Amino acid sequence: MPVSDFQPVIGLEVHAQLLTQSKIFCGCSTAFGAEPNLHTCPVCLGMPGVLPVLNQRVVEFAVLAGLALGCEVRSRSVWSRKNYFYPDLPKGYQITQYDQPICEHGRLIIDTPGGEKVIRVRRIHMEEDAGKNVHDASGGQSLVDLNRAGVPLLEIVSDPDLRDADEAVEYLKALRDVLVYLGVNDGNLEEGSFRCDANVSVMPKGSTTFGQRCELKNLNSFRFVKQAIEYEIARQVDVIESGGKVLQETRLWDTNKGVTRSMRSKEEAHDYRYFPEPDLPPLQVSTATIEAMGHRMPELPRPKLQRFVSQYGLPVYDARILTAERPLADFFEACAAKYPDAKKLSNWFLGELLRLLKEEAMPVSALRFTPERLAELLAAVDGGTLSNNAGKAVLEEMFRTGKAPADIIAEKGLAQVSDTGAIEAVVDDILAKNAGEVEKYRAGKKQVFGFFVGQVMRAMKGKGNPTLVNELLKKKLGD
Amino acid sequence: MQLTDLTMLELARKLASGEVSSVEATRASLERIAQVDPQVRAFLRVDAEGALAAAEASDQRRKAGAPASALDGVPVGLKDLFLTEGVETTAGSRVLEGFVPPFDATVVRLLKEAGLPLVGKLNLDEFAMGSSNESSAYFPTRNPWDLTRTPGGSSGGSAAAVAAREVFGALGTDTGGSIRQPAAFTNTVGLKPTYGRVSRYGVIAYASSLDQPGPMTRTVADAAALLQVLARHDPLDSTSASVETPDYSAALEEGVKGLRLGVPREYFAQGMDEEVEASIRAALREYERMGATLVDVSLPHTQYALATYYLIAPAEASSNLARYDGIRYGQRAKDARGLKELYSLTRERGFGPEVKRRIMLGTYALSAGYYDAYYLRAQKVRTLIREDFLRVFRDVDALLTPASPVAAFKLGEKVDDPLSMYLMDVYTLPCNLAGVPGLSVPCGFTKAGLPVGLQLLGRPFEEALLLRIARAFEREHEHFRRFAPLPAQGA
Ligand SMILES: [Zn+2]
Repeated sequence: MPVSDFQPVIGLEVHAQLLTQSKIFCGCSTAFGAEPNLHTCPVCLGMPGVLPVLNQRVVEFAVLAGLALGCEVRSRSVWSRKNYFYPDLPKGYQITQYDQPICEHGRLIIDTPGGEKVIRVRRIHMEEDAGKNVHDASGGQSLVDLNRAGVPLLEIVSDPDLRDADEAVEYLKALRDVLVYLGVNDGNLEEGSFRCDANVSVMPKGSTTFGQRCELKNLNSFRFVKQAIEYEIARQVDVIESGGKVLQETRLWDTNKGVTRSMRSKEEAHDYRYFPEPDLPPLQVSTATIEAMGHRMPELPRPKLQRFVSQYGLPVYDARILTAERPLADFFEACAAKYPDAKKLSNWFLGELLRLLKEEAMPVSALRFTPERLAELLAAVDGGTLSNNAGKAVLEEMFRTGKAPADIIAEKGLAQVSDTGAIEAVVDDILAKNAGEVEKYRAGKKQVFGFFVGQVMRAMKGKGNPTLVNELLKKKLGD
Repeated sequence: MQLTDLTMLELARKLASGEVSSVEATRASLERIAQVDPQVRAFLRVDAEGALAAAEASDQRRKAGAPASALDGVPVGLKDLFLTEGVETTAGSRVLEGFVPPFDATVVRLLKEAGLPLVGKLNLDEFAMGSSNESSAYFPTRNPWDLTRTPGGSSGGSAAAVAAREVFGALGTDTGGSIRQPAAFTNTVGLKPTYGRVSRYGVIAYASSLDQPGPMTRTVADAAALLQVLARHDPLDSTSASVETPDYSAALEEGVKGLRLGVPREYFAQGMDEEVEASIRAALREYERMGATLVDVSLPHTQYALATYYLIAPAEASSNLARYDGIRYGQRAKDARGLKELYSLTRERGFGPEVKRRIMLGTYALSAGYYDAYYLRAQKVRTLIREDFLRVFRDVDALLTPASPVAAFKLGEKVDDPLSMYLMDVYTLPCNLAGVPGLSVPCGFTKAGLPVGLQLLGRPFEEALLLRIARAFEREHEHFRRFAPLPAQGA
């Protein structure tokens, strides 16, 4: 049977680092990239005698994420210990949530070629991150950096509702957008603050029984997610077609070879010996906390996109780009409040502003000018004070210096000349100097018209209002 | 009378009046240790320098008219399970040998803030696992009442040091009776407060949901005074209770007239030593004579307490002790090749047999496929045991029981028979499972001169009532006036 006779079934487990200032069970900083073991204390080092104290901010973020994903928030959830030995796990166990997670039964809508699709979110739980082992190949030594140990994570587990690699990537992007919008995660895959494991199985089309699944670990880019899942689907189909059986195992994506390979089988799987964490009482989340988080809920990417289309009359394409990041959407809306033509505004955003931001690798938050200034600029273009091209030059200058458009126009003498008398004088002059070309034009060689426009504009250093230049030339040439 | 013969409060009065200084008291304590500890062997480490410096500072405060607390200047000892900044802390284990903590346990900080000089670290069963002090990786401590016998465990070092008058008081921890049983064996008072009453932060964990630090003293009033220092809500311990600290000494002398005291029949049904039983029964009659009403009560799930305890405590211990892996502190098997060998050799060499036994038990009880049958079921039984207590406490003010089925047994007598050793805790551990407070007060002696302890169990956070009930008996009998047969100081 070819691949097309099989139905892949995919579920994702996402680990998202929470944007708290301090760790989940101690006061140490969560800042990335510090000297090894700088951000540590007896608690996150797992010293004898230490005890965890929960950072309430982590709970707030988990509730916020849960509400955004339509989850039920448990009023009482329980902390557990997941026991295993590893040098980067200081206590020999990880504090996590197991059978009673804080959030359950949510959903996330994604776009597929067949339209919108609801992916169920099975659970969201809080846990602490482990540290990191650093292997020094030359010295044969392994060192442990515990800066990350105790950094708060949310684990968000989907139901196996995804049916191909593209859906998986769509789901991940949508999930990341939501978390970033909420301000609970920075969405940074490279630094590992948004990581993904994928559970993949295949079954014959039409079957209702899932095949044996494999877990793909630590996929740290959207591209790798797609490649690894596609590879794994093909591999499993191969195994089945050649009469073999897919084994339950954990596999790693080898980025160099472009293959998944076995990490450990079910037989070698850990027995984590979960049990309720006796050092932390069960977590009570009050109705008041849930309500407070509800009030703090920002508009999420999907409703915002829909609103941009309906409220501003923008094409979906524009709205998607403008709402991809919350600061950009906010800035757009602030500009739209000052400038009435949203589509024209969107053109400037998509054409010029995003290009400049991208070139400078600058976040929207670092923009040096206000929405009012941008509105002034666009009004100057609309009113004929500036040509379209001069407008772009002014925007670039505003982008670099933050100066007011009026000042830039004055400084650089960019104001467009719309004075009919002044333009008429130049037109007369050019026509007089080029009597021969005038003859040709009148004899029917209409292409010469462009030549006259060019001459007039050059004489006016590009500042002549093109509409007026055209009108006057035609009038003088007797059209 | 020698200085070290004084109780904590007697010494405190003399410090207050200026009759003696803290430096003198601390020197006396250090001299007493030098004199008797070679026989008793209660101390793993004596911190003479630190203790004298603290005593000196206390005397200065006293001179300035600003003592830090009622017990300012009274020297005490600590079970070596409490982290002490700059002073080696081993939990009685080879695996932590050489470990010098970078911070103080909360209760150690509280003792320092209250001005009590800390004389040294006291021996214990390794990681507080044991009932005889014989599982210490270093040496067994001996019972000052009979040097061929155990002082009990796991806080046996603390009990022995107090009984031998090497320190005026000490701190122990109690997971299944580790304060009360050695107190009963050594004619001292041991109080296990309500779970959550005293902070566990900086106390090396054995079984987190059961462990509780508490005072070990010669008198009930001393226990009240020491608890006064320790009982504080601690934001560093999430299981620490946010309840106000009462004045534990205020009602001590109010007697027991009109109180209803329960006598749980399950505690008198098992194989108790005859002499111990006679002592306890006499104590019960004494309470009646003093005006209390004895009430026959039943705690029907008591029979399951031992099994429940030996599932829950090892399960938590197996997890709590995972951190001793040779990676970050303590001992490491330096010759190990590879990671797995580093773990297994470090732990094989670092842990003693009792610790390994409990890690194995706990790992098994938590493992996939057995969790529901063992750990989960034990937790359910634990709830029933707690409900037993809370139900009888609706009818009675406290319970009276033996603290131990036998008096101090011989060193080596039970060391090869773990099950009979586990039975030593049969009367004490239901209290830990229920999280209620328990106290052992001296109530008599066997013919051989071995102390017997009466256990009082109370409602959560009613330590003050337990202390008052214990004091009523102590006032009549003053067993604390009788000293262990060791040479007098300076003799
Ligand atoms: Zn920390």
